[in-house]
Formats: sequence, structure tokens, C-alpha cells
Amino acid sequence: MRETFTKGMARNIYYGGSVFFLLVLLGLPVDTVQGLPKTDNSENLTEEVAAGKRLWEINDCIGCHTLLGEGAYFAPELGNVYTRFGESTEAIKAFIKSRPVDGIAGRRSMPQFNFSDQELEEIAQFLKYADGIKISKDWPPNIQG
Amino acid sequence: MKYESQSVAMLYFIAAIGLFVGQILFGVILGLQYVMGDFLFPEIPFNVARMVHTNLLIVWLLFGFMGAAYYLVPEESERELFSPMLAKIMFWIFLAAGALTILGYLLVPYATLAEITMNDLLPTMGREFLEQPTITKIGIVIVALAFVFNIGMTILTGRKTVISLVLLTGLVGLAVFFLFSFYVPDNLVLDKYFWWFVVHLWVEGVWELIMASLLAYVLIKVTGVDREVIEKWLYIIIAMALISGILGTGHHFFWIGTPGYWLWIGSIFSALEPIPFFMMTLFAFNVVNKRRRDHPNKAATLWALGTAVMAFLGAGVWGFLHTLAPVNFYTHGTQITAAHGHMAFYGAYVMVVLTIISYSMPIMRGQKAGNATAQIVEMWSFWLMTVSMVFITLFLTGAGILQVYLQRYSDTPMGFMATQEKLELFYWMREGAGVIFLIGLILYVTSFFVKGKEVVLLEDRVEAGA
Ligand code: HEM
Ligand code: HEM
Ligand SMILES: [Fe+2]
Repeated sequence: MRETFTKGMARNIYYGGSVFFLLVLLGLPVDTVQGLPKTDNSENLTEEVAAGKRLWEINDCIGCHTLLGEGAYFAPELGNVYTRFGESTEAIKAFIKSRPVDGIAGRRSMPQFNFSDQELEEIAQFLKYADGIKISKDWPPNIQG
Repeated sequence: MKYESQSVAMLYFIAAIGLFVGQILFGVILGLQYVMGDFLFPEIPFNVARMVHTNLLIVWLLFGFMGAAYYLVPEESERELFSPMLAKIMFWIFLAAGALTILGYLLVPYATLAEITMNDLLPTMGREFLEQPTITKIGIVIVALAFVFNIGMTILTGRKTVISLVLLTGLVGLAVFFLFSFYVPDNLVLDKYFWWFVVHLWVEGVWELIMASLLAYVLIKVTGVDREVIEKWLYIIIAMALISGILGTGHHFFWIGTPGYWLWIGSIFSALEPIPFFMMTLFAFNVVNKRRRDHPNKAATLWALGTAVMAFLGAGVWGFLHTLAPVNFYTHGTQITAAHGHMAFYGAYVMVVLTIISYSMPIMRGQKAGNATAQIVEMWSFWLMTVSMVFITLFLTGAGILQVYLQRYSDTPMGFMATQEKLELFYWMREGAGVIFLIGLILYVTSFFVKGKEVVLLEDRVEAGA
């Protein structure tokens, strides 16, 4: 770099730039969070859904699946599973419930979590809620996720 | 070594390398589970192995950053560490917390671990990379605070250099953004939104400050280039990192239910994110070419240059590949993501930690550089690990392109599991490359034990004779 560009100038760009963008970062979430109710399906965020979300977390479902494209890439996307399973929470529950304890020989298998009926309902409701979140450009590209 | 207390870094580095080995063993297990779905099922399900793999990665990188700071800061500040004792105590606390957590993952079902650790009191478990029980997270915060205090006091009461201040800023940022891991709202959109305040603002924000300062430090040491020049580079690199990276967070807000303006903000700013990585490459080669002396530690110089190149490839090139919204629409959450994640983490953070270890370990062991044979072994391990990581990335990219086509792009999209079967060949090749990586790593560990002739440079010989 030529001497016309001094260390002092570089330092000022660093301080100015980072402070400016940090402020923007503090500002934008306020706007985003205020705008969310239009898209985040919070009108359907019931106690049951919240309980389902907790179950989703304490069983580390995200360790195999993606949810809205985030997570692990070992098992199918679940942000649209409600749609994929014909908008049936019963089908979702039946699938989770029927996983064999020892897995399926030679294949990637989902564990048997031994959920109670109520827990199954909560998880299914959580997945239905997640499917109701309105996403720009309607991601994923198709029903396969 | 100029200051006695720098040697606490050794503990941290040994732990880091040990956990690195664990991470890669689990990486190989994961790779096998990709192609032999029932491998170790149900004893170690995929999600558990993945948690171990990724959490070990993060924990050993943190050990590496802390060790690096303990080594570098006394020398930069021209004084002993504020409290070597505190550094040692925190080491054992962190190691114990880390080990117990990993054992917890492996020995009991995750839901049981949540119950034992009373996750209900303050639920924070079950999010990617942040799977640690709440109590472990609290432990991490305590260790981080004690660490930042220790390093901060050393810097503030000693000589303040640009390198140490940038490092400190990065470390404080690391601790501050980690606090978002305690915020887990029921609202899924909010949850995801703020989750990225940890993950993205770490790797594409404050960690870049840490990386750039470590690189700058090692480059000053091995090249003898003037500090003024290095500091100017450092400022402009981190300026670009934050200017692009902060709003670049938006590239994760495309499809999670956040407002549409993020498609634009995220695409534009994250498209600038390769710039600081590119500048790091220019910086490293420039400085090495202008070197004022030859340092006997050739391996450290190799790691430093390698870091700059691989970080640019993994973060810059592979990041850019899928960061524009119209592309990310198809690639989001596929093997493309995994390809990028691997090369970026390896190229930037794994390699920078190995760079500082390579430079400082011999000094802490009483030599200026490793002996000739040890350096050759280390350089072999550099090439084995780096080249196999390139191949892991290429195979995953191949798998990803095919996956996107079959499952998302074609007129007759296939289901997820059916698509995965079609990718099997790529996954086998990835596993092969993974085994080579492991061999490279074993060689790396061996390099610390190899005996051989000391490297003496001509100029040192002249000095000694004079
Ligand atoms: C022997 C070599 C390795 C193998 C076979 C391997 C395998 C894997 C597999 C199968 C996954 C899970 C992907 C999924 O969720 O479906 C994974 C995730 C991950 N691994 Fe590795 N890995 C290896 C080395 C490494 C190294 C050296 C690093 C760090 C530098 C690393 C960092 C990660 C990260 C960050 C993730 C999470 C990826 C994401 O969410 O995109 N791995 N690895
Ligand atoms: C060293 C720096 C970086 C590291 C360690 C890193 C690591 C990662 C990891 C692990 C993920 C996967 C997260 C998940 O599991 O969901 C990811 C995602 C992503 N990264 Fe990076 N990254 C870095 C830099 C960059 C840069 C500079 C860009 C852009 C130019 C970028 C673009 C992206 C994008 C677009 C995604 C989302 C992928 C998706 O939609 O699935 N990254 N990164
Ligand atoms: Fe990012």
C-alpha cells in the first residue's frame, strides 16, 4: 500500500465502519421484530406448540433434520412436513410412533423416542405451526423440501 | 520465550490437540453413518455423534484461542500475565466441563441429559452447535469472563499494541455474542433470528478479528517485517470484515419468516464478505515476500500462508458460491452448506490455531523451532490434512449439486431419502478423504515427538560466532 493511505486512515475506517454497522445491527432487529407478526404465524403459537418445540429441542431433532433449512442434512426437511404428509397431524404422529427400536437394517433410521400420546400431539402441532410460517418466495422450492 | 507466564499456553494447546483428535474420530464415524445408516445405531445415533463432532470442534478452537492469547499477550504487553494461577484454574474448569458434557452426550439419551441438568429451569438445549446443557453454558460464560479479565488486565496495564487490542476486541465480542445462546423464545422465527447472532457473528464477525490478529502476530515474528506495515493491514482487514460481516448476517434471514428486505441486505453485504479474506491472503504473501529475515521455523510460515489461502477458498469462494438469495433458494440446507462449513472452519480457524501452535510450541519447549525431521513430518501433516480437506469439500460439493438438481430443481423432484441413495458414491469418497485426514492428523501429533537435528540458519551461526 502507498504511503498516502496511512495507518491512521485505516484505523478510522475500522472504528467508523464497525460502530456504524453495529448501530444498524441494533436498529434493524427492532424493525424486523416489529414486522414479524405478519409472517411468523404467532397467532397459532399455542401452549401446545411451545411444549412441542421444547420436545423438539430436548430430543435434539435438529441433529439429523433441517427445519426451515437449518440443522443437519442427514434426514428430511421438516419445515414443510405437514404439507408433505397431506396436512395430517395424524400421519406425522403415526410415523414418529412407528419407528423400530433397533432401526432398519442397513438404512438411516430414526430413533424410537417412546413419546406419550400427548407428547406426540404436541410435536405434531409444533411442526404444523412451523409449516404455517410465511417465507419469502415460498421456500422450499417444492414439496420434497 | 520472553515471559515465564506465557507457558500456560502449553496446557491449552495440548488439550486443543487432544480434542481435535476426538473431533475427527467422530467425523469419520459420521461419514460412515452417511453410507451405512445403521452403523452404531441405536447406541450412538447420528445426532449424538454430530453433536460430539461439532461441539468438540468449537471447544478445542476456544482452547486454541485462549492458549494463543495467553502466549501472545504477555509478549505484546511486555509484562507477565496478570494471573497465571487464574489461567490454570480456568483451564481445568473448562476441561472438566467440556469432558463431562461430551460424556453426557455419549452416555445418556439427550432428553435424559436435559432432565438431569434441569434444562426446564432455563431451557437452552437442543439448538445446533449450542447443544450444551445450560449449566455448561454458564460454565463457559464464567471461564470466558475470567479469561477476558485476565487478558484484559494484562493488556491494559502493559504496552498496548494494535495486535493485542484487536485480539481483545475479538475475544470480548466472542463472550458477548455467546450470551444470545441463553435466549430461546418459543417463537421459532425469533429463535432462529437470534441464534445467528451467536453463530454468524462469531465466524463472520468477531472471530475474524481473532484470526487476523493471530496471523499478524505470527507474521511479524517469522518475517521481521515492520509493525507499522502489519498494523495498517490489520486495521483495514478487520474494518472490511465488520463492514461486510455484520449486515452479512442477513444471508441467513432469507427463508426463516423474516421480512423480504433481508433478501437484498443479506445478498449485497455478504457478497462483500470474501474481501477481508482475500486481503488476508494478499497480506500474508506480501509480508512473507518482504521478509527481513529467515526464521528457522519453516512449518509455522507454511501454516500461516496456508491459513490465508484456505480461509479465502473455504469462506470466501465457497461462501460466495451460495450466498446470493437466488442461489441460496436452491442450495439452502444441502450438502453445499456442509461443503462450505467444512472448508471454512478448517481453513480459517483450525489452521490459524495450528499456525500459532506451530510457532509457539517449540519455543515453549526451549527451542527456536522444531528440529529438521519434526518440521518435515509436520509439513507432511499440513499437506495431508489440507489436501484431504479440499477433497472432502469437492466431494460434498458434487453431492450437493446433484442433490439440488434431483430434489429441488428437476421437473420431477425426488424425495429426500431417495436422493440420498443416489449420492452414495460421493459420500464414500468423502469418507475416504476423511480417513486420509485422520492419518494426517496422527502424523501431526507424532511430529511433536520426533527427534532430529536442530535447524540452524546461517545468520544465527554468524551471530553466535561474533
Ligand atoms: C474426517 C474428516 C471429517 C468427516 C468425515 C466429517 C463428517 C461430518 C459429517 C458427516 C457431518 C454432518 C453433516 C450433516 O449434518 O448431515 C459433519 C458436520 C460438521 N463438521 Fe465434519 N467431518 C470431518 C472433519 C471435520 C473438520 C476437520 C471440521 C472442522 C474444521 C469439521 C467441521 C464440521 C462442522 C462445522 C459441521 C457442521 C456442518 C454444517 O452444519 O454445515 N469436520 N462433519
Ligand atoms: C471462516 C468463516 C466462515 C465459517 C467458519 C463459516 C461456516 C459456516 C457454517 C458451519 C455454516 C452452516 C451453518 C448451519 O449449520 O446452518 C455456514 C452457512 C453459510 N455460510 Fe458460512 N462460514 C464462513 C464464512 C462465510 C462467508 C464469508 C460467506 C459468504 C460469502 C458465507 C456464506 C454462508 C451461507 C450463505 C450460509 C448458509 C447456507 C445455507 O443456506 O444452508 N460463509 N457457514
Ligand atoms: Fe453467515
